[in-house]
Amino acid sequence: MAGGKRGGCPDAAGGVTIWVGGVPLREAVTTQAGVPIFINNEWHDAVSKKTFPTINPATGEVICQVAEGDKADVDKAVKAARAAFQLGSPWRRMDASHRGKLLNRLADLIERDRAYLAALETLDNGKPYSVSYLVDLDMVVKCLRYFAGWADKFHGKTIPLDGDFFCYTRHEPVGVCGQIIPWNFPLLMQAWKLGPALATGNVVVMKVAEQTPLSALYIANLIKEAGFPPGVVNIIPGYGPTAGAAISSHMDVDKVAFTGSTEVGHLIQKAAAESNLKRVTLELGGKSPNIIMSDADMDWAVDQAHFALFFNQGQCCCAGSRTYVQEDIYHEFVERSVEKAKSRVVGNPFDSKTEQGPQVDEEQYKKILGYISAGKREGAKLLCGGSPAADRGYFIQPTVFGEVQDNMTIAREEIFGPVMQILKFKTIEEVIERANDSKYGLAAAVFTKDLDKANYVSQALRAGTVWVNCYDVFGAQAPFGGYKASGNGRELGEYGLEAYVEVKNVTIKIPQKNS
Amino acid sequence: MKKQGSDSNPVPVLPVLPEPLKDLKIKYTKIFINNEWHNSVSGKKFEVFNPANEEKICEIEEGDKLCVFITADVDKAVKAARRAFELGSPWRTMDASERGRLLNKLADLVERDRLILATMEAIDGGKLFSTAYLMDLGACIKTLRYCAGWADKIHGRTVPMDGNFFTFTRHEPIGVCGQIIPWNFPLVMFIWKIAPALYMGSLIKEAGFPPGVVNIVPGFGPTAGAAISHHMDIDKVAFTGSTEVGKLIKEAAGKSNLKRVTLELGGKSPNIIFADADLDTAVEFAHIGLFYHQGQCCIAGSRIFVEEPIYDEFVRRSIERAKKYTLGDPLLPGVQQGPQRKTEICLAYVVFPGELGGEGERLASSSKTSVICFSQTTKIDKEQFQKILELIESGKKDGAKLECGGGPWGDKGYFIQPTVFSNVTDDMRIAKEEIFGPVQQIMKFKTVDEVIKRANNTSYGLAAAVFTKDIDKALTFAAALQAGTVWVNCYSAMSAQCPFGGFKMSGNGREMRQLLQLFKRHPAVV
Repeated sequence: MAGGKRGGCPDAAGGVTIWVGGVPLREAVTTQAGVPIFINNEWHDAVSKKTFPTINPATGEVICQVAEGDKADVDKAVKAARAAFQLGSPWRRMDASHRGKLLNRLADLIERDRAYLAALETLDNGKPYSVSYLVDLDMVVKCLRYFAGWADKFHGKTIPLDGDFFCYTRHEPVGVCGQIIPWNFPLLMQAWKLGPALATGNVVVMKVAEQTPLSALYIANLIKEAGFPPGVVNIIPGYGPTAGAAISSHMDVDKVAFTGSTEVGHLIQKAAAESNLKRVTLELGGKSPNIIMSDADMDWAVDQAHFALFFNQGQCCCAGSRTYVQEDIYHEFVERSVEKAKSRVVGNPFDSKTEQGPQVDEEQYKKILGYISAGKREGAKLLCGGSPAADRGYFIQPTVFGEVQDNMTIAREEIFGPVMQILKFKTIEEVIERANDSKYGLAAAVFTKDLDKANYVSQALRAGTVWVNCYDVFGAQAPFGGYKASGNGRELGEYGLEAYVEVKNVTIKIPQKNS
Repeated sequence: MKKQGSDSNPVPVLPVLPEPLKDLKIKYTKIFINNEWHNSVSGKKFEVFNPANEEKICEIEEGDKLCVFITADVDKAVKAARRAFELGSPWRTMDASERGRLLNKLADLVERDRLILATMEAIDGGKLFSTAYLMDLGACIKTLRYCAGWADKIHGRTVPMDGNFFTFTRHEPIGVCGQIIPWNFPLVMFIWKIAPALYMGSLIKEAGFPPGVVNIVPGFGPTAGAAISHHMDIDKVAFTGSTEVGKLIKEAAGKSNLKRVTLELGGKSPNIIFADADLDTAVEFAHIGLFYHQGQCCIAGSRIFVEEPIYDEFVRRSIERAKKYTLGDPLLPGVQQGPQRKTEICLAYVVFPGELGGEGERLASSSKTSVICFSQTTKIDKEQFQKILELIESGKKDGAKLECGGGPWGDKGYFIQPTVFSNVTDDMRIAKEEIFGPVQQIMKFKTVDEVIKRANNTSYGLAAAVFTKDIDKALTFAAALQAGTVWVNCYSAMSAQCPFGGFKMSGNGREMRQLLQLFKRHPAVV
């Protein structure tokens, strides 16, 4: 890494090298205007030649410059993708099983470079290195392998149509897919998007978050190395209002998939409607209820509720940010939760003891501190934390609020930070009504030993995922997505493939039908 | 519209064919149980010969019977499998995705040792080395990878049952599966000839499958095979081989513990050529459809029905094509036909845990199963060779016209000349019985209705094909032919993604992608 450019990052892993088009940044940075854009398996500067800095959130210092893609670059990428998708192209004629093989190969390459990728992720995003390495990278590899297997298994049907006809369906790729991914799990969100899109034979124009562009661009190298034909995957670092908007309003993009805030989700759906009615899938915000019944295993429930909120610095769309605790165990639960939050280790994300790193950037950091003030102002009881946790970098103390009421800002809005809200409830009917009283519906959980309660609550909650006696359990096999304003469509699992195919019905006149 | 194979063709290119290994040592000759190598309980061995020169290759431990229907070695294997399948065992508690990873690993290892395995196949099976290396090994690797992907994708369902109930299905492995496999496509079926089958045991261990999950016991049909089909602690038996033996297996299952049975048996598959077909394509596919692998395919297109106007021309070109063959040592480059293999009790015996479906799929879906794989003993006898010659004689006697071939070739090994009969009628033995050799029967037909009736007039129903440019005819035949696979304007097009199996006496069940039919329901009351 170029001296000085590291920005004095707390890099205990020792020297994370940034790569630019296959060349370590140390050599490349002197000749190029930052980490470039990936189009057609080649590296390009932004058409505008503009760059933006990406920041190490642990120090607030610049890591390096990155090419700033906008509309002109999106146009270039869409053209490359469209060319790769022409009838008769190598990608269109490739055996489905071979697409699977390429995805498996990509997983192999990520596994090979796992330590480097994990370090890069930590440097750019701030999450603890142990988490990047053990959780994020593990899930990335498994996700790609899972979708590799689907490539030749997502079947069309033959249909017993009335009359003398032969009728069948083909599952065809949608075409050019715009994919806009967030900064909280940069690599994993990239895998969630690429896996189903490539397994089903689509081509991709991906915009990566301006906060965390580095790991996704490194993956671009591996995509090329794995042998994907040029133009199949194109990756553009840039900002939402420029590059993101160019994708969602593009007339030659067939589908857009977005993961991020509900606010931006509205803009994307609108842009799709106003342009070419492209297909839209959205995975948006949440304010997920986590319901603890008094018969639950207390140790486990406290542990899981803590994890549900504080995991990834609280930067999870599915964070369990409304913890409803039944009256008779409320005090003990609060006491233990505070104890647990106080013992959470905040610090250098490259230190193996660290459980919580910095928030991703200054904007998020300030927004979270603002919510904490609102909580205090509106009468919630601040039980621990509530302040910055370091002199520099975007660290925030693990914060717990008790006696939170449903109408408080911190109980209604997505904080996306290490701030836990604990609410009290009496009856199961009451808590279901309160849990569902939200514009969001991404995830929910219930902790109980009672089979009837578990079944009843999991049916009653309006959320795309309900965990019973656990939280944040993800696997490539299980679908994930939101009810209501938490999104449209599902990712992962077999359901995750549906967003990436057009179903074509072919009907042929035949002389005589026989069963 | 470009044809495949033109310019920048992305279709995976076949690997360059290397030289077969000289001086191949057969390393594994014992019984594979619990990831260990065992001598047979009885101490018996049998000899394996090279069918190309009748020389002995090696001696193999023979899984044998000690008392009626109970093979001590099979018993050992079943016990190992049962242990591997116990609740809480490493195999039962393994993540489904991890089972998939192991299968992918196994595919990697097969790919690594492709040359060794292909050479073994050629020596042990008399299969052309080029075919073994490119086709069989290629299909074997792809099948394993395909099934690896299914491991975590075979879904149960939740069911909106009437009343206050919550109902869901779980797709559970069947348990200990006996799998009895033939000798003709050992690799593709994972069955390999003995030597490769046993070699596979070593790869299974290397890939990291827990002990007892796959067990391989070489043995003969009447003893080891019967022991499997009669065994009271085997939950399922899957057999590929002759219809005659298929009947014995189903009977044995009925007499013992009603184990589930899937059978992939013989065929006498019709291949129908209309006058409007592309003649070059039709002649070539009809030829390959029959002569591929010395005619030893259960799917062989052994009844070729040709429409009257093109009959003579079709016969002329078919003879020309058959005469082009070079026979010889299957290890030599340029050789297109090797020796015939042995008789039909040919079986290799495999016990898989699992499922219906190809081996890999069994492993994947049944996940948890233990596999005992019994490979046939390939004691070479002349039975198959002589049976083919005898059927050729019957053809001549019954009045078919012998156009070329018709006898043995060379003075060593079990080679038969590529043989073509014309003027064949439906009542002749060569038109009714499965020959399993390089003998092509060409019949004449006039109308659509007539040929449908004649094509279906057989106790078999494994495969069929129709060659025509007419979309109505193509779709009519796709529906009318009683066969598990119907090819249109092609033959023998098979891949891991497609189900395969027979109507009528060609079998029960489908291999590959026939997913679990067995669910268990666990209603929970709210």
